[in-house]
Amino acid sequence: MKTAETTVARAHPALVALQRIKHRSVAVPKGPALVLVVLVVVGTLLSPYFATWSNVLTMLTSASVIGIISVGMTFVIISAGIDLSVGALVALVAVVATMDSVQQGGWALMIAVALATGLGAGLVNGLLVAYGHLVPFIATLAMLASARGVAELISGGTPQTSLDETFNQIGSAKPFGIPLPVWVFAAVVVVGWFLLNRTTFGRRTFALGGNREATRLAGIKIRKHILILYTLSGLTAAIASVLLTARLTSGSNAVGTLYELDAIAAVIIGGTLLAGGRGTIAGSVLGVLIFTVITNIFVLKNLETDVQNIAKGVIIAGAVLLQRRRQNAPERAQGHHNEQRNDGYDNFSRTNGWAVSDKAGDARRVGGPRCGRVGVGVHQ
Amino acid sequence: MTTLLSVRGAVKQFAGVRALDSVDLDVIAGEVHCLLGQNGAGKSTLIKVLAGAHEPDSGELLLDGRPVRIPDPRAALDLGIVTIYQELDVVPGLRVYENVFLGHELARAGWEQRRRMRAATTDALVRLGHPEIAPDAELGDLSPAGQQVVCMARALLREARLVVMDEPSAALASHEVANLFRVIGELTAAGIAVIYITHRLAEIRQIGDRVTVLKDGRTVSHGLDINATSDETLVRLMTGRDVANTFPPRRVVAENAPELLRVERLNRAGSFADVSFSIRAGEIVGLAGLVGSGRSEILGSIYGAIHPDSGEVTLDGQPLRPGDPAMAVRRGLGLAPEERKSQALLLDQAVYRNLSLASLERFATAGVMNRRREMTEAVAKIQSLGVRPTEPRQSIRQLSGGNQQKVVVGRWLVRECRVLLLDEPTRGVDVGARADLYALIRQLADTGVGILLVSSEIPEVLGLADRVLIVRQGRVIAECAADETDEEQVLSLLMKGSAL
Ligand SMILES: Nc1ncnc2c1ncn2[C@@H]1O[C@H](COP(=O)(O)OP(=O)(O)OP(=O)(O)O)[C@@H](O)[C@H]1O
Ligand SMILES: [Mg+2]
Repeated sequence: MKTAETTVARAHPALVALQRIKHRSVAVPKGPALVLVVLVVVGTLLSPYFATWSNVLTMLTSASVIGIISVGMTFVIISAGIDLSVGALVALVAVVATMDSVQQGGWALMIAVALATGLGAGLVNGLLVAYGHLVPFIATLAMLASARGVAELISGGTPQTSLDETFNQIGSAKPFGIPLPVWVFAAVVVVGWFLLNRTTFGRRTFALGGNREATRLAGIKIRKHILILYTLSGLTAAIASVLLTARLTSGSNAVGTLYELDAIAAVIIGGTLLAGGRGTIAGSVLGVLIFTVITNIFVLKNLETDVQNIAKGVIIAGAVLLQRRRQNAPERAQGHHNEQRNDGYDNFSRTNGWAVSDKAGDARRVGGPRCGRVGVGVHQ
Repeated sequence: MTTLLSVRGAVKQFAGVRALDSVDLDVIAGEVHCLLGQNGAGKSTLIKVLAGAHEPDSGELLLDGRPVRIPDPRAALDLGIVTIYQELDVVPGLRVYENVFLGHELARAGWEQRRRMRAATTDALVRLGHPEIAPDAELGDLSPAGQQVVCMARALLREARLVVMDEPSAALASHEVANLFRVIGELTAAGIAVIYITHRLAEIRQIGDRVTVLKDGRTVSHGLDINATSDETLVRLMTGRDVANTFPPRRVVAENAPELLRVERLNRAGSFADVSFSIRAGEIVGLAGLVGSGRSEILGSIYGAIHPDSGEVTLDGQPLRPGDPAMAVRRGLGLAPEERKSQALLLDQAVYRNLSLASLERFATAGVMNRRREMTEAVAKIQSLGVRPTEPRQSIRQLSGGNQQKVVVGRWLVRECRVLLLDEPTRGVDVGARADLYALIRQLADTGVGILLVSSEIPEVLGLADRVLIVRQGRVIAECAADETDEEQVLSLLMKGSAL
């Protein structure tokens, strides 16, 4: 291999690669960005009020709750997991933070208790998945049910008013003319982006979702990592809950219903693979914004919520179909549509002699196939 | 001699890469036609064109002299072209016979005829010399080699006119290769043509009739008579250079070289028993044995990938916790596993990310990655391993099989281990790159790394290792210096047990 040709190749890719680091630092998925642009144009045409500064701030404020949740969700889904409990955790955190005894401690205690509750519940999720060998879908479904149950038990089913003015300020303060929730949303996004794209933690998350067994065999502590991932998702749910509670100035066991689906939908629309291994924070943010803009347009036009829900459903299906097509396009042209389907079992149901025959501890599949698809087709 | 299949000027372009750049091929009914070429030459791409997995951008396919189109895999099967891919394509959750008949289940009036399918599967497995595989076993429970046999059975049971095999022997031990050759003989005797891809020239000599050599996506020579072509000529056609296919010189391991790894009375029911040995700094120890003799399980147990039932592994005198690969890696162990696709690669991620996966901390300060350092290192390894194409950001799925394999080994060269466990490190790697890899492994040993090598190719173990342990049915039955023994002696030791 010591030909002149390879010597030339030596300098070349290094330079190219190093240069490219500078260029593409934040990759924004094109599909969702396009959808958002179209929606913004439509909104502007439909209502003169749409493109005003105050409406933009309204939209961003209402996007912030789901937005923060979907940052945590992005991590979990990239790792080939799922967290169905986030909506219920929003309610649990809201109720716990507004208990009389907590409110008496003032706003700082309220926030501390809120975050601790989210972390704790997320930790339980993580323990169930990583060490209890439960499928993420089931573990977090169990959490969904019980968290809401506990919230109802504590609150007795009635909203608890938050009397702490400082705490309520979180929902209404506008530093530099921009609502505090928007600041918090932005901060969570930046931190999440950095964590995912610039740290070993992010790398391991991608690796875990790409190939769990390979990640384990590369010496990465996958159980500890899974534990942290779900804890992180609990934390983002708690932050979102604080913002929501402050804005509503009350905590109720009924808030946050179906937030998990909104967050998952936003993440998937943003281009993150439900099967894991691929995804971006920017995409998830776009996904959330797409939903917010749709809702906003419908509110401005005074349309019924049922129409609105149908539109949402169509957009979810449309955006994901668009992505599939984009991913498949080169393959399809070659009549190679099997390859995509194969991913499902490469990463999930595919086991090797070891993992199956070894019943002890580590080698067992902790998560199991969450959405393992099978197909026979072509491999390299 | 009728030409069964012809390919004329096939071109296949992927984003940026011309995988096929005018390929010609003629296959005659009843012959074994070998396809040779370096890693990335386009062999797998060509057979995927024949299998209907890729449609060529231009060029012509002729079957029995008539132009045909193969737009999808179904069309290929209908034309009687059956393919065994380089990577296994099976469904682990299904039973053996279900895999064999997947997509062409036997049914009458909508009812599956399970009994007939089971019987036919058993027949095919017996023909392949594997009566021990039960048609009802779950496929995922079989070893990779066993899974490969099932793929073969599937091909046998289709009505084929042309069977295409992409490196079928890479996962097989020598006696299984003999079985494979017997089956190929049966196929050709029945007038079926076989396209056979391998990097082992000896195999081509054994069963090949004619050979076509690809280089950089072009046919450089076309339907050569194998008996009239020397190995040197073939290698020169493939690589464009003369490869000195010798193993790097050994250096005498110093008497006082410290012992790095010690394995003591390691046991695992059903896999291996009572395995003890040690590796000193700078030493390459080879494990020779048949596929299924427990070598991979021994490596896995040392590393912590699987749990041994009893026994102890110590590194630098300190015991390793069983079943904890993270600790093993932290202490300086590395394992390049056997099955690159399921055990090693992040298929949809970039080459550089695959290379750095086991060494993330090395490129990070307080958890924050230094991507420049990471990339520089990746480029260096791509260079020294000869990975092609050289672009570190390319997704590894797009690399050819042999190039993927180089990355699997490369991951542990990045890590700088103290003891490296290599399980079939050259699987699918071409002749030239193999020589480079041998040199790299020897260099590593010369810097004081201890290496434990598993390979199904006995000449490779004998040529590269300093010391060879003979493993038969999970037991180490003999140990010898590699330069004091030869292939025949090792083989007879290996086979003695199985002949009984
Ligand atoms: N899907 C793809 N996208 C982009 N490039 C590809 C794709 N598949 C193959 N290639 C490129 O095409 C070339 C030929 O690959 P191919 O797999 O046919 O090689 P091969 O001869 O089978 O090599 P090996 O001996 O390593 O298996 C390689 O450079 C490879 O990187
Ligand atoms: Mg190939």
